[in-house]
Amino acid sequence: MNATGWLNWRSLNQEGIVFAIAVVLFIAAAIGLPGFINSNNLVAIVRSVSVLGILALGMAVVIIGRGIDLSAVAIMAMSVAWYLQLLSSGMSDGLAFAYVLAGVLAIGLLNGILVAYAEVPAIFVTLATASFVFGYVRSQLITQDAVPVPPGHWVELLGGLRFLDIPVEVFVFAGLAFAFFLFLRYTKWGRYVYFAGDNPVAARNIGIPVRPMLVLRYVLSALVSLIAGLLTAASLHSINTRIVNSTLLYDIVLVAVIGGIGLSGGRGGVRNVLVGAALIGILLNAMTIIDIPLLYQNLIKAAILLAAIIVDGFINPRDEQTAQQGDI
Amino acid sequence: MKIIRTFMAAAAALAVSAFVAPSFAAEDPGPGAYSQALKGKRVMLVPMAMGFDLAQGWAHYLKTEVEAWGGVFETRDPNWVVDAGAQAITDAISSDTRPDVLIIHSPDLNSYAKLMKKAQAAGTYVLLVDNPANFPADAFVGSDWDRLGQLEAEAAIKGCGPNSSKKIGLVQGDQANSSSLYQYAGIMKVLDKNPDFKVVAKPDSNWDATTSRNVTTTMLQQNPDICAIIDFWDGDATGASAAIRDAKLEGKVFLVTTGGGEKTADCDKLQDGTYGAVVMTDLARQSGDMNAVIKFLLQSGQPAGTSHTYIYTLEKATTKADLKPDSCWDLKALQAQAAAK
Repeated sequence: MNATGWLNWRSLNQEGIVFAIAVVLFIAAAIGLPGFINSNNLVAIVRSVSVLGILALGMAVVIIGRGIDLSAVAIMAMSVAWYLQLLSSGMSDGLAFAYVLAGVLAIGLLNGILVAYAEVPAIFVTLATASFVFGYVRSQLITQDAVPVPPGHWVELLGGLRFLDIPVEVFVFAGLAFAFFLFLRYTKWGRYVYFAGDNPVAARNIGIPVRPMLVLRYVLSALVSLIAGLLTAASLHSINTRIVNSTLLYDIVLVAVIGGIGLSGGRGGVRNVLVGAALIGILLNAMTIIDIPLLYQNLIKAAILLAAIIVDGFINPRDEQTAQQGDI
Repeated sequence: MKIIRTFMAAAAALAVSAFVAPSFAAEDPGPGAYSQALKGKRVMLVPMAMGFDLAQGWAHYLKTEVEAWGGVFETRDPNWVVDAGAQAITDAISSDTRPDVLIIHSPDLNSYAKLMKKAQAAGTYVLLVDNPANFPADAFVGSDWDRLGQLEAEAAIKGCGPNSSKKIGLVQGDQANSSSLYQYAGIMKVLDKNPDFKVVAKPDSNWDATTSRNVTTTMLQQNPDICAIIDFWDGDATGASAAIRDAKLEGKVFLVTTGGGEKTADCDKLQDGTYGAVVMTDLARQSGDMNAVIKFLLQSGQPAGTSHTYIYTLEKATTKADLKPDSCWDLKALQAQAAAK
């Protein structure tokens, strides 16, 4: 968005288009659907995309640095499943959490080191670690797909936390979004993420520690996944590792990409994630109120994504200047 | 003809000699024939995944029985991936140790039909468990999902009571799995007979608890006076219950679901009021039915694909009021038992 704002349609980028679609949908739903504009429903919309949005924040930082983290959902589900399993086997809370935190950090480090130092493409590294994390935890560390939260445990109490009747996930999402915004916009290392994503070689030549920062981003993404997993378990009082097989991972990438974060890196920010999450949240909520079957919901979701990409292609055609090496 | 005559003569001679010979102990011919037909036979279970209560329960009861009669019991874990299941079945059929009985928990009506036909052609008896499929298996053992849906709807109507809003919400599974489709049909049959009860919404959870929570939240938002919700599986009904809890409608919305009757999944949640009623499958009996069919087929001598039997498990809706100590089976206890061996 530039200073002239929405009036100049030529300046519309994908973020603007998606934002416009979200606003149109919102207005249409507010007029056409009874109960949509109700404050509780609006809270429910934000809540329904909170965990998705939190995961998308982690993914966004990785994508901006010209990478991708396909292990996010596996880390989210398996770390928390392991944690709950350790608790139910009688381990003390502190020790169990220390183990899990160490595990999550180790996987984040492994992802980062393989991408940064072994120079294996991120898509393969994280795909492999996702399978490894899922397979190892599922076969060696837990006994069942669904692991319940022990009654009275802090994770269960966390799920019941409300401020002004707003569930805790919403605040965590807002807090993390703000923290990521500050990090990307105002810290030196945050700015470096863009430089490294836009042109890694040049970034390295001017003395930016490109490789250690790559590692940092994957560790950050892994930690964010752990938070998202804890929030999921808090709300449902259990975690089901079957979520690793779901479309959640694609939804995370969808939220980031549909909001306008280019997969080629170097572009986008927290605002794009918020716009993408808003569109998905409004869309899913409206379709559930209308009672559209899941098959059609997926179709509609995909059609809107395609439409946004096509319109973006027309308005911002690719040329030698905008196209980059490494563009997926 | 000649062979038969010789055979009959031999049998007569044998019978006479049996009478004549001084018998110290009466020898029952049953166990010998039984053992000869069954010993060393291979039974393989391919569920949708090994990681959930039903599959782990089946595996436990089947393994105990199969190994007791000298058979080999194996499982494969497709981990909810349809392709992986297909691969497991294909490998099993073509391997040197082709199973004599294949027990398949089909993810939908059609996916494995061709493979099951191939298995039968190779001489393997095919049992379908829990989920029906468009295939004439040697036997189907599991729930009559239509009947199960009817029981759920009856429980929901009872839970609502005559003076309620009479609004019912459904959280379906998906639009491909037979258990979801037939369950829905059963529910609608009962509701057609009770026209004052209305289904106000029927979203899908895709068997995912978070999705179930989100759609239930929206459903309750739109219809706060819903008196009952039927969630199609206890695996995702934790999401629907979270939504009810969050909306502070505990005790006002009667949640009905169905499951394998595992203690922490079903009975504990009936006890603490999370679920109003659960239509539980008697897993031990269902596994017993499978064991009986396996033993019958292996002794029958009939080629695979000859008979098509439906053995529906007796289902009933259990509420907190009729909860008994033995209403559920305990997965943890089974695992501890297995670990102790």
